[in-house]
Amino acid sequence: MPMDVMTGNSAQAYGAKLARAEVVAAYPITPQTTVVEKLADLVASGEMKAQFIKVESEHSAMAACIAASATGARAYTATAAHGLALMHEMLIWAAGSRLPIVMGNINRAMAPPWSVWADYQDSIAERDTGWMQFYCQSSQEVLDTVIQAYKVAENHDVLIPAMVMEDAFYLSHTFEPVDVPPQKDVDDFLPPYDPPVKLDVDNPVGLCALVPPDHYMEFRFKIAKAMEDSRKVIQEVDEEWEKKFGRSHGGLVERYRMEDADAAIIAAGTMSSTARVAIDNMRDKGKKVGLARLRVFRPFPYEEIRQIAKEVDSIGVLDRSYTFGHGGAFYTETAGALYQAPERPHVKNYVIGIGGRDIPPKDIEGILEKVLTKEDGGEVEWFGLRTSGSREVN
Amino acid sequence: MGKLTIPQEELMNSGHIGCLGCGGTLAMRYLLKALGKRTMITIPACCIAIMSGIYPRNFLKVPLLDVAFETTAASASGIRAALDAKGIDDVYVVGFGGDGGTADIGIQALSGTAERGDNIIYVMYDNEAYMNTGIQRSGATPFGAWTTTTPVGTTGDFKKRPKKNMVEIMVAHDIPYAATASVAYPEDFVKKVMKAKDMDGTKFFHVFSPCPTGWRYSPEMTIQIGVLAFQTTVFPMYEVENGVYRVTKKPAKRKPVADYLKLQGRFKHLDDETIKIIQKNVDRNWEMLLAKAEFTKKFAE
Repeated sequence: MPMDVMTGNSAQAYGAKLARAEVVAAYPITPQTTVVEKLADLVASGEMKAQFIKVESEHSAMAACIAASATGARAYTATAAHGLALMHEMLIWAAGSRLPIVMGNINRAMAPPWSVWADYQDSIAERDTGWMQFYCQSSQEVLDTVIQAYKVAENHDVLIPAMVMEDAFYLSHTFEPVDVPPQKDVDDFLPPYDPPVKLDVDNPVGLCALVPPDHYMEFRFKIAKAMEDSRKVIQEVDEEWEKKFGRSHGGLVERYRMEDADAAIIAAGTMSSTARVAIDNMRDKGKKVGLARLRVFRPFPYEEIRQIAKEVDSIGVLDRSYTFGHGGAFYTETAGALYQAPERPHVKNYVIGIGGRDIPPKDIEGILEKVLTKEDGGEVEWFGLRTSGSREVN
Repeated sequence: MGKLTIPQEELMNSGHIGCLGCGGTLAMRYLLKALGKRTMITIPACCIAIMSGIYPRNFLKVPLLDVAFETTAASASGIRAALDAKGIDDVYVVGFGGDGGTADIGIQALSGTAERGDNIIYVMYDNEAYMNTGIQRSGATPFGAWTTTTPVGTTGDFKKRPKKNMVEIMVAHDIPYAATASVAYPEDFVKKVMKAKDMDGTKFFHVFSPCPTGWRYSPEMTIQIGVLAFQTTVFPMYEVENGVYRVTKKPAKRKPVADYLKLQGRFKHLDDETIKIIQKNVDRNWEMLLAKAEFTKKFAE
């Protein structure tokens, strides 16, 4: 099969193009800029038929996407870090409006101090906005997931927006071979957006009005239910993708060498690729370790995590962010899911790679050794601090 | 322009929950008469967003999207882009915001829309304060006014800066059409909307919308207050088409500003000296407007 070679950011743009996004509204921010530039090129060359609103801020980008989606158009944007934080109000608005917008977010550390490198604090801070969150590990997965995300989000049982994450630079600016599927095949997979309600002069409705306490709670419950129902749809859409295009990305959680594993790490994004190398090295030494890659963080795949808990004695959760107060979010959510599980293995949190710090295979091997020995000494460890190695925080 | 007939069709239902004598509702009603039913409208947090009706009620017969406070213009741009993507070119897209939502928190998005020249109509219905939240001062509150955040007190803490001039700000964006209008003069307002609605680009209307609740006057005086604002030239009627100013309606004889101020409780604390300052500012602004109209005449196409 002939392959293209492209960055994660190009894969975002081609994903939006193949999904036939009709309205793009975006504002440049490092390291997302090449997504915007590629989309501008695709629109300018006529390859992509879309209205591209070059807005004056990310807040307006999401506002314009919301209005476009409410008018029945498929809408796309991309951002990173401070851009995502500036959108915060509108992220909640998009989910509350039940609009299937898809957005690329290039995970970047938040300032101060200024940093443009990989870190998940930006998207983790938006965990509660009602968006589905997909974390990708390759350019191929980015392209495929943008298209899949529209199919999931536009399902009438779901109708909530989706973020497709890439690690800054490790993925956004790294060239990888990518199979770009033919437009016709994508069209077969993803039909045009068919909203159950939209702004239409022939059938006028008012959207997003004030709702008093006797109805508001039901609106929120419906979002909660949609998020729950999205689990099944995410799984089915990935399976359908595999049937059509010959590759799966693991649904909600991708497992690697989990058969007969004694210990596992839970990780997301590009560090999962590194983890596979580390796991192969450990397996070569006869150590039974595996990886559960969190592809989807919202909805949280608690059932898959409980299944892993049945299979292993010890789990290490790797977080590329920290929710100041108690542990990384992947850890606290994993621990929360396991409380209701019949089997509760040893679990420990490793905070690693903050602000784009490199994560070499030997670091993950070091963590895997600790996980295998069910090392005690606190729940949360900041791994690889410069001053004196690792430190426990609680 | 020939004889004007204001369309009879009502696109705003009766039964809204606005205050008695609300100027803003008249602005909406006349606007929709001028535009007709192939119109989509987006409204931020403001009085109209509430008085249009609490779910599941809605007082408009055109599609309405309620949006976040600072996003009116960006939302209108998004609607227009979606219509363009669908090949729908016979629908007017309107952003309809209050003075706070326009001149303060929404000015960034509005500036972006105007700079891009997005094909929308933006209406700022100006009641000169954050009325929906309870009469707090905005950038459009006039010099001298009492509000709940310029409460006068014992230190004379009334609004000490003049009203932000939104028409000038919009003219600086090189848009095809910007105009003032008043709910006291529906023919002038409707005429302007009909003139501008099919122009390509961003059109801006600053509509004077007296507010009995916030301005502290009796509800039946809304139109009288609007007439006096015009007659004193506190709020003159003009339009700016491609940078060319034209005063659309001139008072036969200008009345003193005190006639306008004295009817409103929000100005009752003003002493004669302060009223003189206001008169001087109004005189100066009026003369400048006439001078601009005279100066730019030669640039008319």
